[in-house]
Amino acid sequence: MGEIRFLLNGLPVTLTDPQPTMTLLDWLREERNLCGTKEGCNEGDCGACTVTLTSLEGDHLAHRAVNACILFMPQLHGRAVRTVEGIASPEGALHPVQQAMIDHHGSQCGFCTPGIVMSLYTAHRDGRQDHDDVLAGNLCRCTGYAPILRAAEAAASEPRPQWELNEAEALVALDITEDTILNGAFIPSSLDSFASWYAEHSDATLVGGATDVGLWVTKSLRELPQTAFLHRLAELQRIETTEAGTTIGAGVSIARLRGWAAGFYPDLAELLRRYGSVQVRNAATIGGNIANGSPIGDAPPALIALGATLTLRRGESRREMPLEDFFVAYGKQDRQPGEFVESIFVPENAQNLRCHKLSKRFDQDISAVCGCFNITVVEDTITAARVAFGGMAATPRRANAVETALVGQPFTEATITAALPAFAEDFTPLSDMRASADYRLQCARNMLRRTFLEISAGTQTRLARRGAA
Amino acid sequence: MAVQKATPHDSALLHVTGQARYTDDIPLPRGTLHLAFGLSETAAGTITAMDLAEVRAAEGVVSVLTAADLPFANDVSPSIGDEPLLSPGEVRYLGQPLFLVIARSHLAARKAARLASIDYREAKPILTLDEALKAEAFFEPPLFYRRGDAEAALSNSARKIEGSMEIGGQEHFYLEGQAAAAELQEDGIVIHASTQHPSEIQHKVAEALGLPFAAVRVQTRRMGGGFGGKESQGNALAVACAVAARHIGRPTSMRYDRDDDFIITGKRHDLRIRYKAGFDDDGTLQAVSFIHDIRCGWALDLSLPVADRAMLHADNAYFLPNVMITSHRLRTNTQSNTAFRGFGGPQGMVGIERVMDHIAHELRLDPLEVRRRNLYGAAPRNTTHYGQVVEDNIAPALINRLAETSGYEARKAAIELSNDSNPVIKRGIALTPVKFGISFTLTHLNQAGALVHVYSDGSIHLNHGGTEMGQGLNTKVGQVAAAVFGQPLEAVKITATDTGKVPNTSATAASSGSDLNGMACKAACETIRDRLVEFASQHWQQPASAISFTEDGVEIGSEVVAFADLVKAAYMHRVSLSATGFYATPKINWDRLKGQGRPFFYFAYGAAVTEVAIDTLTGENRILRTDILHDCGTSLNPALDIGQIEGGYVQGAGWLTMEELVWDDKGGLRTHAPSTYKIPAASDRPGVFNVALWDAQNNEETIYRSKAVGEPPLMLGISALMALSHAIEQCAPEGPYPSLDAPATPERILRTIAARTGEEW
Repeated sequence: MGEIRFLLNGLPVTLTDPQPTMTLLDWLREERNLCGTKEGCNEGDCGACTVTLTSLEGDHLAHRAVNACILFMPQLHGRAVRTVEGIASPEGALHPVQQAMIDHHGSQCGFCTPGIVMSLYTAHRDGRQDHDDVLAGNLCRCTGYAPILRAAEAAASEPRPQWELNEAEALVALDITEDTILNGAFIPSSLDSFASWYAEHSDATLVGGATDVGLWVTKSLRELPQTAFLHRLAELQRIETTEAGTTIGAGVSIARLRGWAAGFYPDLAELLRRYGSVQVRNAATIGGNIANGSPIGDAPPALIALGATLTLRRGESRREMPLEDFFVAYGKQDRQPGEFVESIFVPENAQNLRCHKLSKRFDQDISAVCGCFNITVVEDTITAARVAFGGMAATPRRANAVETALVGQPFTEATITAALPAFAEDFTPLSDMRASADYRLQCARNMLRRTFLEISAGTQTRLARRGAA
Repeated sequence: MAVQKATPHDSALLHVTGQARYTDDIPLPRGTLHLAFGLSETAAGTITAMDLAEVRAAEGVVSVLTAADLPFANDVSPSIGDEPLLSPGEVRYLGQPLFLVIARSHLAARKAARLASIDYREAKPILTLDEALKAEAFFEPPLFYRRGDAEAALSNSARKIEGSMEIGGQEHFYLEGQAAAAELQEDGIVIHASTQHPSEIQHKVAEALGLPFAAVRVQTRRMGGGFGGKESQGNALAVACAVAARHIGRPTSMRYDRDDDFIITGKRHDLRIRYKAGFDDDGTLQAVSFIHDIRCGWALDLSLPVADRAMLHADNAYFLPNVMITSHRLRTNTQSNTAFRGFGGPQGMVGIERVMDHIAHELRLDPLEVRRRNLYGAAPRNTTHYGQVVEDNIAPALINRLAETSGYEARKAAIELSNDSNPVIKRGIALTPVKFGISFTLTHLNQAGALVHVYSDGSIHLNHGGTEMGQGLNTKVGQVAAAVFGQPLEAVKITATDTGKVPNTSATAASSGSDLNGMACKAACETIRDRLVEFASQHWQQPASAISFTEDGVEIGSEVVAFADLVKAAYMHRVSLSATGFYATPKINWDRLKGQGRPFFYFAYGAAVTEVAIDTLTGENRILRTDILHDCGTSLNPALDIGQIEGGYVQGAGWLTMEELVWDDKGGLRTHAPSTYKIPAASDRPGVFNVALWDAQNNEETIYRSKAVGEPPLMLGISALMALSHAIEQCAPEGPYPSLDAPATPERILRTIAARTGEEW
């Protein structure tokens, strides 16, 4: 028998052997009758179930908006969760974002409103004012968003209310240091104990942020008899930079990865800004994005273009491989039973990394094509090229023929034009609901043209995200 | 006065604190059971064997019902009885409910519903418009609305164009999915439903249980969005809850998982419009013909009036001297398309806006110039093709003002100049108007009731037949009640829509909510107010003309009496303080088969200027700026009306630009969740978004001379599609007309650019 301990709206909660794949959304609504948190899609795409998850990281508190519909109860272990019912003062005074939403007519049907309030609340607590980003994961079908953004801007200038508690002490008081074993789930506190456990329980499903595994449960209705929840493994959450490059732990969230990328590869940071939504990036991990082997994950093409290598670990043994070699075929990775992705190493080598994401909707959409170009030009000659794509094959994959067509050639429009036919040698993409095969190919070619225009002439080739006329 | 104020939504405080209760939030008694449908996995055929043993044996399952278990009517259709709740054997689309699981939890019901083993004798489904046309799969014979001799006028015209356009459907994507619950009572049943049409749910449940209507009570406090998708599509859940509750003797609750919601329920009708137009050298239309090929889906639902309204709006704001509109209402093995904000009007309107744009391209004129030349004007250019006189034609003046305030002409010139300098990003701009007819075209639906009680403490209890889906109807109707009594809105308690309080209601649809229910409420309040006046006149010995209800209280001669004190005194003197109110829209008459009459009480107008930019390497696009001028008559509540305009525009632009429904060749819907079906997100709203209200009262005697606002702004989104078309035109100085289909996804845009520039890929 095991138990999880967390804070709900500031008060400690202990659950004995919760069903490991019960979602926070169902628990709030069905067990606690906290019905303010809504089910809009049950797959982490609409944000109606947004809550704030607070963790103690070292000596500071991190507040993150997350989707409760694809968050499993064991992921709360050692954390604090706050819902829309928990942000007004004990006497009922409204939080500034709540008041602003009323004053600026930000709710119509009101169903998305609790999620929007929680996204804005989390941003307000952190002083974030990039509201288009903050709200990219909250769909509203009534308002056209304009009044919500007016409310967000108005609330941003209001101070944090005095009743907003610091949960640090209460989190420390939860006193979780040991591994936790639940019926059907393991929540390790140290990487070594996890590694040895997983070597013995190689059938277990590993849960990083649950942004993918969550859907196995809520949509595919799969049973997961044995699971391990990795959020307490501090060793997996390190980002360490040396002169040679950066080692990124598999448990690093996409949100943190984006923060790192902003300092090195602005285009990668911009790509990651369009990876899911705030809620998804806060939960999803880079290890999960790689390990699930999806052909349309956005991080692998960029990391392959950067020449990243992967460290896999089983028990005490480790091996390394170029990231592109990990992806063997659709649904098949070079990973042995009991082996897990421990870290990714990104060498310091890219002057001109360009990442191009194509999707039907600009924000929070899955790529139809994601193309990443790491082209080295020395004295007008292309001396090296690493080009990788998502959405063009059954796995994230390098464009070898395109690279060959580029390397050693002068960096000119003629070279680019001559390289365009190579895309059809590298890729035979599929047609699906996101894009047709020939459109995918044409856009992949155009991504190379765009890369050239940007690097060679500095031409403005991208749409401003939301620009004034 | 409480009306004409920018009062916040009456539930805003509840919304922002999470306290607003939706159907699935209502606490139900212990032991409530949960339901899920088992769905067909093929689009057409008959069931030869249905093995439900595994379903019945699944954990948490209490019972499973099939068509054979239904005691009375097996039908949830809003029209002609062609929609079985559970298929009796024939399968008509992929996703059709075949059996009903009753289980201890929502998740258990969903899991069990996937365990059936079903054999089908599969038939070849009809999936596309062309397949349906070829099979002559019509719901009714082709319908024609016409004026003059379009054929002859076309052949006599100096200039001609011809084209065809596909316009996609649209999923409602109300944030709250379909939901219902049922509780048996000793003498009937109470249904909670997320529905725009409680009375129809009442009727369908009564028929399914063999009860008189009076034994079924349906309540709706609010919906988390409707947009037409909860006019008829909630029937199945409510009836399922009712028959399951009766079968098992316990309360029941049902909500669709989002994927089920997409796969089971109908959407906006997609269609193809084939057009021919003849015109003068200055762009004045001589003749136009439209053929609407409309996909209705597997059942009739509301498709006839939807298709009618598409024909009625084939003119939008323009005078069509000679016109022939042919409408094919096609039966396919796909979801049964249904009401969606605009109800066919937007589809019809896109057709004539496309014609205007195409004519302008042909003549190398500014599209706005062509539009202006064809607007309704003085007699004889003031009568619609269905014979209704356009009495308050404010479109020309409204367009002029918007063109001026938005700087349309100067911006268009600047855009065309700057497009030359950027090889990749091209901008475009367009102005399109809206003229939308207000009234249900099924004339008898244009009625409403209200029930008002004034309690002896002066508080006011208001109930009406309309439903609240976010549009602020309760706020507006509450404002009306408050205004009649001179009270603040806070004095009015607005209660859940309830078939036990106001009977025989129409759906809250056709933008009519505040027009109809506001008037009914006013009538009820005035009945009570008249009684109070009569009482006060006797009690205070003053003529009725000396009594008025003001915000400071009731003025009786020189005295001012608090409203509560007057009410208390009236109660003590045994005056009735409760009344019903009723309203029926005047002046309307309509013959849908002939296509003649006055279907609409009045028209609502608006216009939008949209500026876009496209990325010519991928077809991606952004809306840079939108300026809107919209006509709400004398607005009942400017804040709510602007909310409808902003939201309607973004929803309309989403329909025509990014929201794409994709079916596979088996009839399976491939875009069945927000992961694959993309509605606009926050950053898709226009970069600059200016919305203003046209300030003039309704010529007709509507509630405080306001105009309906629910649907008309959606069609302002057409300007986004036309602006994209302009941007594509800018990609090459010469080339064919950019015949851009909708939704104008990045892929469609890139293909249309290639057609324009002659690039091959």
